[in-house]
Amino acid sequence: MAQVSSIADDQSSKSITLRIARYNPEKDSERQFMEFTVSYEKWTTVLEAILDVKQHFDHSVAVRYSCRQATCGSCGMIINGKPRLACFTKISELDSDVVTVEPMNNFPIIRDLAVKFERLFDTHHKIKPYLVRDDTELESDAQEFLQSPEELEQYIQFANCIKCGLCNSACPTMATDSSFVGPQALAQAYRYVADSRDKGKDSRLKIIDDSHGIWRCHFAGSCSQVCPKGVDPAMGIQLLRGYMLGFRS
Amino acid sequence: MDNDKRKEGIKGMANPTRYGIERVAYWLMRLSGLGLLGYFVAHIYETSNILRGRVGWDDFLALTQTPEGHVGMGIVIAMCVFHTVNGIRVMMGHGGVGVGKPTRPDYPYDPASQNYRHKIGIYSAIILAAIAFMYGMAVMFGE
Ligand code: SF4
Ligand code: FES
Repeated sequence: MAQVSSIADDQSSKSITLRIARYNPEKDSERQFMEFTVSYEKWTTVLEAILDVKQHFDHSVAVRYSCRQATCGSCGMIINGKPRLACFTKISELDSDVVTVEPMNNFPIIRDLAVKFERLFDTHHKIKPYLVRDDTELESDAQEFLQSPEELEQYIQFANCIKCGLCNSACPTMATDSSFVGPQALAQAYRYVADSRDKGKDSRLKIIDDSHGIWRCHFAGSCSQVCPKGVDPAMGIQLLRGYMLGFRS
Repeated sequence: MDNDKRKEGIKGMANPTRYGIERVAYWLMRLSGLGLLGYFVAHIYETSNILRGRVGWDDFLALTQTPEGHVGMGIVIAMCVFHTVNGIRVMMGHGGVGVGKPTRPDYPYDPASQNYRHKIGIYSAIILAAIAFMYGMAVMFGE
């Protein structure tokens, strides 16, 4: 199923071939690519090109998006072989006449470019992504849990995570072990363990200390290279392991 | 494909081309680990030939005294050196050593964990492995 179309009505703009992976797990036996010729400007993002295709040629292309500004974490996909946010990737920066978009690796496909996030949210939830305190402290006539700027620095980077799943898609362990807890959840475990207000360190370390847990990370660092928010999950995971090995307290 | 357990598979795991030298090091680490495991098994088999007495031992050893055997041994030496040097780097990283400090990241978000110290460690492991290979070749073929 290959289709060549063009939405280039402005002669001044350049054009690329946009290849979109199409697959419906309920109907199709294998993935196919549809091709469109799409015009673009210096600032056109891959998401805008996909939405152009939806608007002008085939509205059935399935893609998830919301904020269009790298904030909601919805539009992760494989763009020219690498996991990226479609709304945060300009066509001009790809430096290629052909842009191929596919669903993120290591996630079940809903349809075309949209993948299921249930497992990512499950593992995220599993590591207790909230401050653990004694109930009495929370209910008593509350005081703020004071924190110094230095204490904030310990975790603020990891609080930038938008749950886009690009890190899980790039991870070589996730490529072969679908039960691996994954860099996203591990980085979030570090985020809370390193928070001076939190008292859930021991229980979190216990959760990730299992056969598909933190020890499966081999520090390939691909997660950090694709993270669009500068979270650096690889750093968080190694620092977290430092707690488990007794190098940090 | 099993959509519910969809994963990139060995092909994706072993593809060293997309994520910089760190992923190449990851791939070489797996490859050299498997290679050394294979060598270990072969080595046990080789040394078990001692049970066949001196003649049996010498006969078997002669098999490794060929150009192919020498190159094979050179590769084992290189794998050993790479696995050791890169292994020390990875172990230190695993303990949180040299992976940078958390901070407020600024665009374009160069990840601190993928820093020059680790890159130097990786390139050193590759260069030392290459030197060890060449030295091994010089010794074995120079006999
Ligand atoms: S750590 Fe980065 S890549 Fe991973 S889910 Fe969070 S924002 Fe996305
Ligand atoms: S649409 Fe929200 S992150 Fe891309």
